[in-house]
Amino acid sequence: MSELAKLTIEQARTGLESKEFSAVELTTSCLESIETAAKLNAFVHDTPELALKQAAEADKVLKTGSAKSMCGIPIGVKDLFCTRDIPSQAGSRILQGFKPTYESTITQKLWDSGAVMLGKLNMDEFAMGSSNETSIYGDVISPWRENNSEKKLVPGGSSGGSAAAVSANLCLGAIGTDTGGSIRQPAAFVGIIGLKPTYGRCSRWGVIAFASSLDQAGPMTKSVRDAAIMLEVMSGHDEKDSTSVNMPVPNFESFLTGDIRGKKIGIPKEYRMDGMPDEIERLWSDGILMLKDLGAEIINISLPHTKFALPVYYVVAPAEASSNLARYDGVRFGHRANLGLSDGITEMYEKTRAEGFGDEVKRRVMIGTYVLSAGFYDAYYNRARKVRTLIKKDFESVFEQNIDAILTPSTPSSAFALGEMKEVDPVQMYLNDVFTVPVNLAGLPGISVPIGLDNKGLPLGLQLIGKPWEEGDMLNIAYTLEKSTNFDATPKSWW
Amino acid sequence: MAIDIETARKVAKLARIAVNDDHLPKVAEELSGILSFMEELKEVDISNIEPMTSVTPMELKRRSDEITDGKQQSLVLKNAPDAKEGFFVVPKVVE
Repeated sequence: MSELAKLTIEQARTGLESKEFSAVELTTSCLESIETAAKLNAFVHDTPELALKQAAEADKVLKTGSAKSMCGIPIGVKDLFCTRDIPSQAGSRILQGFKPTYESTITQKLWDSGAVMLGKLNMDEFAMGSSNETSIYGDVISPWRENNSEKKLVPGGSSGGSAAAVSANLCLGAIGTDTGGSIRQPAAFVGIIGLKPTYGRCSRWGVIAFASSLDQAGPMTKSVRDAAIMLEVMSGHDEKDSTSVNMPVPNFESFLTGDIRGKKIGIPKEYRMDGMPDEIERLWSDGILMLKDLGAEIINISLPHTKFALPVYYVVAPAEASSNLARYDGVRFGHRANLGLSDGITEMYEKTRAEGFGDEVKRRVMIGTYVLSAGFYDAYYNRARKVRTLIKKDFESVFEQNIDAILTPSTPSSAFALGEMKEVDPVQMYLNDVFTVPVNLAGLPGISVPIGLDNKGLPLGLQLIGKPWEEGDMLNIAYTLEKSTNFDATPKSWW
Repeated sequence: MAIDIETARKVAKLARIAVNDDHLPKVAEELSGILSFMEELKEVDISNIEPMTSVTPMELKRRSDEITDGKQQSLVLKNAPDAKEGFFVVPKVVE
């Protein structure tokens, strides 16, 4: 039975339509896989009863022949999404016990399209992290291991539970969120597809906010086609999100022609970093050659403000986080500290937040508070917002030269060991996002595609950056790359 | 610019996060480290550059000022750590 959980969404769709198996059988297979994978710590709130109920309903709809695109497809949901009556706590102690009385727009769209909810997935607390080591639920362990080693590796973060679950075949696909690389970096670390849409493509309503001008949700899947299928369901205008854009959602699957002849692919020289492992260099060159062989035109480009993207991000994101996280005050939801007799409301706030937030969240809230405080607002926050304008202009001028997409590595290394980065200073961890952060700052779509394994046997990915609203074109180039690399490595089960 | 212990104390207060005195030196050190990483931004010429306000060029949407929702008191209070008689309960705030 657990073989069914290994299917892609595309394969499952065919099997369900042809009645080869039922949605209940498919869902049961995933639930069994989840049960045996507790060591990975990917799923943190299982919803088997809901899943089987939704699957039974999907089977009824499938019989009528009027099934929607995700009918009967079991997926996992990052803990950042509010799901009605199901714990949704952003991996944080401060939201312990919180069960939303409403459903996020994106998850509602998925259920409306017939998708089946397997449960909630682990993540870095409030999506702040690149290794899934800051969660109240404990670390997620990557299903991948180095050759001949039993060392525990991180799945990346912050959508580490989503990445591990898809890679270990616990679900057919998952949703994640990406503020600075939180979909693409973990996808690269575990050898799956991770897509961050254009800012405004998917509604943020009901997604617990980290940095509102950067946050976007997206699909994490086993194939590019699966990402196209899920993205179409997740996209669309929502009146409840004032930054959601009112424009038609294309049929993303129809873009997957495999023909990229004449496409202009930009290679930014600033992404060739000092100290980058040779293997990443080689991977990038291989990707360039593949696209060239497939008829694309390779053009060297420059994005001169690239090196400022990380410092800009670490001003803007914490500033927005310090505002967004001000709502966790122990009054309306979640955790409240036990108070002494003489404690007033200020002590309640301070003790609640000290107990409820982990170290990394506290650090970022305090940095955000500092850069927004009187006397430093112009020196840090406004300066960062101006440099952000320049970073966006870099991309705009490249796209004005008719570049269709940009190819870069997804990450500066393959997955690292648990605890390896946590012990060094926080800035070292931030460097993981060096290739992904500029995309969020400019609001662009990006996708990570697995390309190969390094000499340790770990997956490496390349990132394609598309023009705003051109996810379809970006998906087609990713699809062509996927077909050409034929990456089919999967982790050997040890869990 | 480095953050000293007094600044760290002030920031923690502004952020409404209780930090023990013996933790303040470590907090100050970590915040200083992150801040020095941001100093790089001083190299950039930002004269005549507008700060970004919206990453996607768009007009802020408007809607008519009408009540479209409400009457959900029990749902609003459902997740409160302490609620009585239709209100959130907090420690006494007036003497």
